[in-house]
Amino acid sequence: MSTPRARALALRAEFEAAGARVVEPPVLQPAELLLDLYGEDIRARAYVTSDALRGEQMLRPDFTVPVVQMHMADGAEPARYTYAGEVFRRQEDDAERANEYWQVGYEVFDRADPPAADAEVFTLIASALTHLPLHPVTGDIGILMAAVDGLQTSDRRKAALRRHIWRPRRFRALLDRFGGRVPVPESRAALIAGDVTSTAPLTGLRTQSEIDARVAALRADAVEPPIGAQELEGLEALLAVRETVPFALQQLNDLSVDLPAIKPAVRRFSARAEALRARGIDVDALAFEASHGRTLMEYYDGFVFAFYADGRPDLPPIASGGRYDALTRRLGGGDEIPAVGAVLRPGLMVELEGAP
Amino acid sequence: MTIKLGVPSKGRLMDKTFDWFARRGVTLTRTGSDREYAGAVAGIDGVALVLLSAGEIPRELAAGRIHLGVTGTDLVQDKLPLWEQQVEPVVEMGFGHADLVLAVPTAWVDVDLTDDLDAVAAMFRARHGFRLRIATKYHRLVREFLRDAGVADYALVDSQGATEGTVANETAEAIADITSSGETLSANHLKVLSDGLILASQATLWRSRVAPLADADRSTLFDLIERLH
Repeated sequence: MSTPRARALALRAEFEAAGARVVEPPVLQPAELLLDLYGEDIRARAYVTSDALRGEQMLRPDFTVPVVQMHMADGAEPARYTYAGEVFRRQEDDAERANEYWQVGYEVFDRADPPAADAEVFTLIASALTHLPLHPVTGDIGILMAAVDGLQTSDRRKAALRRHIWRPRRFRALLDRFGGRVPVPESRAALIAGDVTSTAPLTGLRTQSEIDARVAALRADAVEPPIGAQELEGLEALLAVRETVPFALQQLNDLSVDLPAIKPAVRRFSARAEALRARGIDVDALAFEASHGRTLMEYYDGFVFAFYADGRPDLPPIASGGRYDALTRRLGGGDEIPAVGAVLRPGLMVELEGAP
Repeated sequence: MTIKLGVPSKGRLMDKTFDWFARRGVTLTRTGSDREYAGAVAGIDGVALVLLSAGEIPRELAAGRIHLGVTGTDLVQDKLPLWEQQVEPVVEMGFGHADLVLAVPTAWVDVDLTDDLDAVAAMFRARHGFRLRIATKYHRLVREFLRDAGVADYALVDSQGATEGTVANETAEAIADITSSGETLSANHLKVLSDGLILASQATLWRSRVAPLADADRSTLFDLIERLH
């Protein structure tokens, strides 16, 4: 039986043969950048250590961020990278889950034809997994973002919704509020009416002008009409789409009547489906879930996918990936490039291969 | 073998624990000098007293080195992941009440709910270029609470003491700390969010689920628990 390490290196060699350059990011990553990108939740998931010179460092929780940084610093275009190595994840809730495991990845930075790049990554990962009983699920965060951006409401509300696409429960609470389906909290109504005052001295960094600006924003929002029922229902129907790709496309086209802003994103979805078909993927049987990826990493902003083991809901995905154009913008210092990538977990592959 | 009972080694929490056991016919005493952490149990055979810092009792229970222990709900839940699998509450003792709460400056008239805090965190980050800082020593509990509440764009900063002062000192914008009366909070011009109760804690007797038990110990343990209810 193969070891996770041997399997990882073999996969990396395949990806290298497919045209990717091998890269080896360091195990220790500056914590500040990862914290800034992921927020406090990363502390619950990554091991943090420190020294007096470099400050807080994290044992790499993934490869994508260092690979993007490296590419944005001095990468030629277009570029394809592959890597294999261990990642480290703190586990606080489930002692059965690995806290140290191998990942093999493939990342594409290419402006030419994003749907084709999506299909290239998906197909490469799928071809490494054909011998295993897995089922892929795909999604598209870009369609959700386009739907939010297209709502007939204030920019402030759209920004609030966009910020919480990855927190489904909070997203729903905001939709209910902006749709006028729940009453304004009492304390907020009193504040808007001018009934809340304080004589306490203001302490801390947040200034009076910041407080005044928020109160003014809340007052402006109070007279903003609710998001219309038709748009709300359209958005909810969109979030609930769960079909094979051809039926999903049909539903998305229907929904774009009420949500015209999603049309360009739906066209990209359709182009991707064709690119996948051209590469031999059985698109007619491929699952699409509009909400897939909403609980994954916050940096995905387009195509997302994962491969799950049949009959093993206890296992994390055997492979997962997606498009992260916005991350290249965040790390690019004014530069950006369309990018898509995925990782495999060779340890889980070996485990499944050994299963009777 | 004996049943080992872990009890806080000093202060009001120790005194109240001793009183609580005494009312149930079990006399706990410190032996030797005031500085020596040794103790004795009268009123039941086969039980030994272990005096420990309240903060170490969760770890000792989880390691199975003591069978029973007295400490706060807050310490158990913050220090022990999957605490339900390692310890079991036997009885809440009715003292040592303390709430872990989320508090912001009283002058923030626009913030009453975690929902407000989330919106303010987004604006704060855009304005100041870093995440809104919340000072606490209860990292796990606070992080889980904020995740459930859907608050983003914050960062926890560690504060092991004088946490209420961090806002005035501009090392944090908000705090999450234990309060019993709220006086320290208001003296520092802070208010608790209306939905900012993270945990209501009190002194509790816990039983280790992992401490090894001989048959004789088992009956001692059940006798003792019977008397304490």
